[in-house]
This record gives sequence, structure tokens and C-alpha cells, in this order.
Amino acid sequence: MTQSYEQLLRILPSNGDDSSQLSPCEIKQLDKLLASAPYPAAVSIDALKLIQQQRGWVSDACLSILSAYIHVSIADLDSVATFYNLIFRQAVGEIVLHPCDGISCDLMGGVEVRAAISQKLHIEPGETTPDKRFTLIPLPCLGACDKAPVMIASKQVYPHLTVRNIAQLIDELEENKK
Amino acid sequence: MTSPLNPLTRFITDKANCWQLSEYLSHGGYDGLTRAMEMSADELLDSIKQSNLRGRGGAGFPTGLKWSFVPRGADAPREKYLIVNADEMEPGAFKDRWLLEQTPHQIIEGLLIGGLTLGATQGYIFLRGDYYLAEERLQQAIEECKQHQLLGRDILGRGIQGQAFNFEIHLHSSAGRYICGEETALINAMEGKRATPRAKPPFPQVVGLWGKPTIVNNVETFCNLPHIINFGSDWFKALGKGQDAGTKIFGVSGRVKRPGLWELPMGTSIREIIEHHAGGMCDGYRLKGFLPGGGSTDFLLEEHLDALMDYDEISKLGSRMGTGTIIILDDKYCPVSMVLNLVRFFAQESCGWCTPCRDGLPWAVSLLEKIERGEGEPKDIDQLEDLCDFAAPGNTFCALAPGAVEPLQSALKYFRQDFETHIKHQCCPYHDERVAKKAATAKTQGALNTNRVGGCDE
Ligand SMILES: Cc1cc2nc3c(=O)[nH]c(=O)nc-3n(C[C@H](O)[C@H](O)[C@H](O)COP(=O)(O)O)c2cc1C
Ligand code: SF4
Ligand code: FES
Repeated sequence: MTQSYEQLLRILPSNGDDSSQLSPCEIKQLDKLLASAPYPAAVSIDALKLIQQQRGWVSDACLSILSAYIHVSIADLDSVATFYNLIFRQAVGEIVLHPCDGISCDLMGGVEVRAAISQKLHIEPGETTPDKRFTLIPLPCLGACDKAPVMIASKQVYPHLTVRNIAQLIDELEENKK
Repeated sequence: MTSPLNPLTRFITDKANCWQLSEYLSHGGYDGLTRAMEMSADELLDSIKQSNLRGRGGAGFPTGLKWSFVPRGADAPREKYLIVNADEMEPGAFKDRWLLEQTPHQIIEGLLIGGLTLGATQGYIFLRGDYYLAEERLQQAIEECKQHQLLGRDILGRGIQGQAFNFEIHLHSSAGRYICGEETALINAMEGKRATPRAKPPFPQVVGLWGKPTIVNNVETFCNLPHIINFGSDWFKALGKGQDAGTKIFGVSGRVKRPGLWELPMGTSIREIIEHHAGGMCDGYRLKGFLPGGGSTDFLLEEHLDALMDYDEISKLGSRMGTGTIIILDDKYCPVSMVLNLVRFFAQESCGWCTPCRDGLPWAVSLLEKIERGEGEPKDIDQLEDLCDFAAPGNTFCALAPGAVEPLQSALKYFRQDFETHIKHQCCPYHDERVAKKAATAKTQGALNTNRVGGCDE
């Protein structure tokens, strides 16, 4: 049984942790999505993306409040959340690095570039740096194979990466974020 | 406007705003729509059929034929949906991104013509989640259209046969999974579900999105429609050099001098694309083989260079034209490693429904890893061949698994010696210098370079 959104708010600890409630802004956007969909489940993916946009990732608490709000069971919503590459069910760092691990990039030295990223940040694919700045999640072919090897970070495509320029690029990304 | 030789890309200029409405209009944009509004739905469908346009998403299915399965006329369901498949995630395919970012209006015009042809009023663009620039521009282009009565109620205010033509476009940005590109999986994703393909029949043309008739076509397919209507199907057929009609966006990636994309006549030779447009191989690298149409097509060799990029021509050679984006394997990159990269991708992106895909592909990955690590046994090659057979077309619900084994099965055929050398010397000859030397002298080929880092201009 799904609990109602109001019921859930009472159960969840309201210790100032903003993840246990939907913000007015989120509610407004969710209502807009729900109004345009033929049935609530249809908004699942968009709703998850919306939550993630605000919070960086989708925690268990987020999943349950969202489930209650859009009336889709937690199991169904989680089955959708865990299916897609761009919905994160674990906390990620401020900047998510998506170096391409597609074949055209690897033919042009992508393996070495990814190794250089790991070496610089001391993290393996799927991991986050201890200071929570970077998460490394390689993605398949980013559709820029003529500029291989490439990486997406902060919605930008970075082309023609080399073992030499990648370290500097990461420094710049960190600077911009500060 | 005289009939252009590069209908799809003539809008792409040096101007930074070439993707905007004003620029599109100044190059004859929306002329196809104006003309389409003067034609009946039957005439439109006829033109599309006559043009011999084939789907540009990989399978090359005739678009007119596909559209003719959609119920039309007074008794047909009122709601029908048109979907642009912009989920481009095929390894080595990057053509749709170009069209999406540079010519969003061309896609909208294609959708509008589709709406007129099939009597649909709702169009969707299913966009790959990480195509951020494309998303921004499509959104802006849709806004521009709304402001100029090119979308919304009573388009252009002129009506068709006394009735207003209404059309809306919704942009859905995906959450990323290769399988979303399969048309029935895409429909499930749009309904907010896991993107597992659907069993067919029923086909989406009859039972699709929300159970209503639905057409899913590739970005490039939609882009062709305005020009077919504007310049006629005979003009379109004459554009092709061989059997197939129209132009095609071809691409090359890998160790060539000028990787990129070009709009060329259908039936252009592979040699012309690789040697002329892509500038040939980088200095110090030789062509060992290539995938003619993206990561799920069979390898071809140097001896096939003079073949024409035409759906049937490439099929005759035992491969597929697929997306038309060629991936080059050079002589310094290990073919086992290349196939491993591809099969690993497909294994990861499997939706998990069919056994040959869910279990067979990871098994193939583990065998390839074992061979690449230098622990392979001769029987592994036989097992890989069996796994290819298991994943053959007809054994699975969608084409992911059959596509996944295409590079593998052809590599086992053409580069068998490489697999055998790995197993014989218990290491990767492309990584281990000692064995490389031995293998190189044995094969009387040039010395193999183990340093594969860096581009050609370094
Ligand atoms: C696993 C898989 C992924 C696919 N991905 C895409 C894609 O990203 N874009 C696309 O246009 N077609 C893709 N297709 C093909 C579609 O299923 C469908 O055939 C195509 O969109 C039809 O359009 P067309 O006739 O215009 O080519 C994919 C097919 C499979 C089996
Ligand atoms: S072939 Fe693979 S991806 Fe396609 S339906 Fe079967 S398991 Fe899913
Ligand atoms: S393989 Fe990396 S962008 Fe295509």
C-alpha cells in the first residue's frame, strides 16, 4: 500500500533535513507534469529527473515522498529509477564527470584518458572523491565521436582529450565551481 | 529555390544563429510545409511512398510503407502520435546530434508534414538525455514556432479543406539507456516505464503510445520529408547514385586525418568517404578493417572499399549500412579489444528480457576478457561462435542482441588470426612488445606500435 503524502510527512523525521519534504517549487513543477499526463505513472521519469535536478540524486526518502505524491508505488518507481543511467540512486559529487567509454573514443586513446582521470582524482569509475567534489561515471558513446576522446561534465562537451590536457581541465572545472 | 544537392545540410552555415527560424526561412525553410498544406493526405503519403525514402535509424525500412499501416480516414482513432527518435546512442553514431543542434526547424517541419499526412495533431521528440545543447535549441525552436503560428492552433491561419490544422510538439528528454532507441522500448519509456521492448505484433503503427497508432522515425528520416514534398519524389530519387534514393549523412571516426560528417548522395563509395572526405588514414596507421554503419554492424575490410554505401550493396557483403557512420579499426589497435568494448557495451545496455542477450552477452564479455588477459583457450573461440548463433535474429524480442554479435562474428571470421595469436602466446600482442615482435615477423607486417596514445597531429 502506498501511504498518502500527508501521512508520510508525519512519519518521516522532520529534523530540518530538507530531503524529507517536497519544496513548494518541486510541488509546483510536479503538479504541472501531472496535469499534462494521461495518468500519473507516465510522469515517473520526468518526476525523478526533476527531484534529482534539485537534490543531485534520488535518496530513499525522496523516492518514498515522490511515490506518495504521484501515487506510484515505491517498487514501481524504484524499478524505473534504477533502470536509467542518468538517474542516480546514490549520492554523487558536485561535478559528475562522464568520460566516454565508447569505441571511437577508445580507438583514440580514451582508455588512457580515463586512467589519467582516475589517477588524478584517486577514484575508480562509480566512485566519489572524499571531498565530494567529483564523481566519475563513464558513459557510452556521447555522440561526438569525430572529436574523440570526449567527456561531458556540467552539461558541457569537452573534445580532443589527451592524457596531458585532462588534468588541467579537471583543475579548471574545480576552479569554476568554487 | 533551385533543387539543392545537399537538402539536409544547406541550412548549416557559418552563422552562429543558423539554427534559428529567421535563418531557416531565408534558406527556403517551411516551403515544404506550405506546399504540403495545399496537398491532400493521400497525395502526401503517395509522394513519400514514391520517393523510396528508407528509414535512416539503422534498419532502412521504407518509410512510406511503414506509414501506410497507420489507420487513416473517418473511422480511424482520432488520436495518433508521431515520435522523432532522437535517442542516438549507437556506438560510433553522431549524425543525429548534428541535425538536432543545427537544424531543429527542419525536424519540426518534418513532424508537421507527418501530422498533415497521417491526420495526427501530437508530435513528440524523444531526445537523448545528455544532448543538452540540442535540448536548448529544440525548446527555443518550438517557442519560435508557437510565436509565428507554425505550431499550436490553426497553423499559418490557412486551414486545410476548410479545417484548421492544429499541431503540438512535446520534447521528452530521456534518462539515458541505449535500449530506449528501440521503438517499442521508446514508447514504454515515454509512458514512464522501464524501457523494455514490447512483443510484436501488435505493431506501434496500430497500437503504440497509450495504445494509439504511433509512428516512430529517426531524426534524419523526418528531416527528409520537407524536401521530398517541396522538390518532388523524382528529384529525391535522382539524388542517389545507386539503388537507394536521396542523400545520407555519412560519418567517419577513428584514426583518419579528418574525422567528421558529410551529406553525400546515397550510394557514394566507401573509398570516397574514407579517403577523400575523411582524408585517409593518419600517418603511421594502416586500415585494418571498419564497421560501415556504427557499432552493431559487421566488419568489412580494405577489399570492400569500393562498395557503395547503399542498403542492399552493404547487405550483399554481409554487413549493414546501419546509421552510415563508419568506425575505423587501424592496424595498431587490438581487434579483440575493440570487439570487447562493443560487446561489453551491449551487455551493459541489455534490458534483460531474453536469455541469449541477458546471459549470452556477459558470457561473451568474460570470454573476450579472458582472451585479452592472455588466459584464452582454443575452445573459447568455438564458444564465442556458439554465443553468436544463440543471439541470431529471431531468438530475441528485439534487435539489440543480434546487432551486438555482428562485430563479434565478423571479427572471428576476418581477424581470427589475432584471436589465435592471443591464445597461443597467452597475452595481447598489441600490448606485449616481445610477442608483438614475434607476431609481426611471423605475419610479415610492419612493426606494431604499443604506444597508442595521442592523436595523429601529435
Ligand atoms: C537496441 C536498439 C536501439 C536503437 N536505437 C535507435 C536510435 O537511437 N535512433 C533511431 O533512430 N533508431 C534506433 N533504433 C531503431 C528503431 O527501433 C527504429 O527502427 C527506428 O527509430 C525507426 O525509424 P526509421 O525507420 O526512420 O529508421 C534502435 C533499435 C534497437 C534494436
Ligand atoms: S534482445 Fe536484449 S535488449 Fe532486446 S528485448 Fe531481448 S534482452 Fe532486451
Ligand atoms: S565513442 Fe565516444 S563520443 Fe562516440
